[in-house]
Amino acid sequence: MVRAVDGVDLHIDRGETLGVVGESGCGKTVTARSVLKLIDMPPGRFEDGKILWQGRDLIPLDQAEMNKIRAKEIAIIFQEPMTSLNPVYTVGDQIAEVIELHQKMSRKQALVAAAEMLRLVNIPNPQRRLDDYPHQFSGGMRQRVMIAMAMSCQPKLLIADEPTTALDVTIQAQILELMQEMKDKLGMAIMLITHAMGVVAETCQRVTVMYAGKVVEEAPVEALFGNPRHPYTQGLIRSIPRVDRAAEKKQRLEAIAGTVPSLLDPPPGCRFASRCKYAKEICTRAMPPLKEVGPGHFVRCVL
Amino acid sequence: MAGSTPASLSAEAPRVAAAAPRKSRPVTPAREAWRRFRRHRLAVASGVVLLVMFAAVALGPLIWPVPINEIDFTAKLQGPSWAHPLGTDDLGQDLLARLLYGGRISLAVGLAAMFVAVFVGVLVGALAGMSSGRMDAILMWLTDLFLSLPQLPLLLLVIYLFRDTMKGIFGVEGGAFILIVIVIGGLRWMPVARLVRAQFLSLREKEFVEAARALGASKTRQVVQHILPNALGPVIVAGTIDVAAAIIAESTLSFLGLGFPSDVPTWGSVLRDAKDYLDIAPHWALFPGAAIFLAVLAINFIGDGLRDALDPRRVL
Repeated sequence: MVRAVDGVDLHIDRGETLGVVGESGCGKTVTARSVLKLIDMPPGRFEDGKILWQGRDLIPLDQAEMNKIRAKEIAIIFQEPMTSLNPVYTVGDQIAEVIELHQKMSRKQALVAAAEMLRLVNIPNPQRRLDDYPHQFSGGMRQRVMIAMAMSCQPKLLIADEPTTALDVTIQAQILELMQEMKDKLGMAIMLITHAMGVVAETCQRVTVMYAGKVVEEAPVEALFGNPRHPYTQGLIRSIPRVDRAAEKKQRLEAIAGTVPSLLDPPPGCRFASRCKYAKEICTRAMPPLKEVGPGHFVRCVL
Repeated sequence: MAGSTPASLSAEAPRVAAAAPRKSRPVTPAREAWRRFRRHRLAVASGVVLLVMFAAVALGPLIWPVPINEIDFTAKLQGPSWAHPLGTDDLGQDLLARLLYGGRISLAVGLAAMFVAVFVGVLVGALAGMSSGRMDAILMWLTDLFLSLPQLPLLLLVIYLFRDTMKGIFGVEGGAFILIVIVIGGLRWMPVARLVRAQFLSLREKEFVEAARALGASKTRQVVQHILPNALGPVIVAGTIDVAAAIIAESTLSFLGLGFPSDVPTWGSVLRDAKDYLDIAPHWALFPGAAIFLAVLAINFIGDGLRDALDPRRVL
């Protein structure tokens, strides 16, 4: 058994943007999908814990009840805009389907609402684009359509699972800006999953850093970038290429040596110990607890 | 957004103007599919051929009101003439009348058996593809079992066993029709089931299905709305091949004398009767053979065209 996500406590307030960062395979996506119970069960299962949504635990809910929460209360957008739309339906049909599913509307009304959503995500000529198929859109446009679909029922929380990873840099910026805009307009919270520290710095208020299925640091964004406490966070921040420094003195970009340990048989102590340059003997013995080092700033490190 | 909207609108303006005639008639998916279908010339030609055949078998007996079983020994085994455009058989019966009548049965059997095969195949394949583990294994064993059975002897055995019961319930022709459709359809669903299962296995992991799930679509809705339409291309092609195969299977049964009663002409049974006279009256075998050939070919081409037309990703 793999504990893909182990003792991760996250909370998101109304209208807040929470960034979840970490490298590939550290449990970010599993965390996100767990919130909406999108993990295939079996083989997956919840060992323990709660998913509290406005004070209500989602774990005991059955599929039908979950379907009322999905999209209407909590929506999710995925990493791959190229394949997240059904190729055999027009974009309008797909947005209208979501609207019809959750709001008592006729097809006609739903299509009008769908056009409105497309206009909201800045797709030019929305009325005509409704009749187009996904393959007639570019990657960035498709991600906009995905956002339109996710937003069409005015959810209170949007989970964005690496929404910009598959897009090129200029489109990334547009999509992030769009999400920010939508957030301001509709007053929802965003859980932004990413491995790009730059994206986090630009959009989030609070950041959670995950490593090997555990939260290793959680802090307001200024505190995290100004005073990163966990060696892993420090490594992540140092590994961002910086134009200004590179110009001053030629130096190699820092990388964190090694890879994430196997979660099949996690080491008993700090999971980062094997890659940590400050690791001491104590680090390999017991998992350090999450301790508060500043206002709202928690870190899982003994140092 | 406030800045970008007007900018993009003005950029769009010339394109909108250029597309004005197109805009007056919105491009619905159905119209788009029809436009794509028309691009496939063979499919369109085949559609025309098939329509003519349908019209001929439906209206033909009214326009050509010659009885199918009028025996006239003075005119037996005649080649095509004005009195008998397709000639006559060994009893002097008019072949055109017999083929027009028999076409009804052959085409109806072909289409009905195809629907049975596709329905069962899609059902089994979808169930197997959606359920993993034991259910999938059992259904695939069943499919393999059916595939491994020798088709023709089984066909003959089932018909031999149940012919009289069915005759009792549905009458002579009705009983034979239902039995043949069920038997042919029931022995041809396996390729469809395998196709559908394979499609489902890959499609159900696709992001758009997960996206639908994340947006609150129920399991049924995911299958019917999102997975099935994507799996339909190969099924349509398999289905059209099944029509052809069913017509041929019916011909085989008739040929072996286990299809419809021997006084009912179908394309297959006419062909069977003709086989002993191939050297003296080749026209007798030629025309029903050509009818089967043409129908099968036309249906296959239409299936080809449909698959291309219904896949919006294909640029046509």
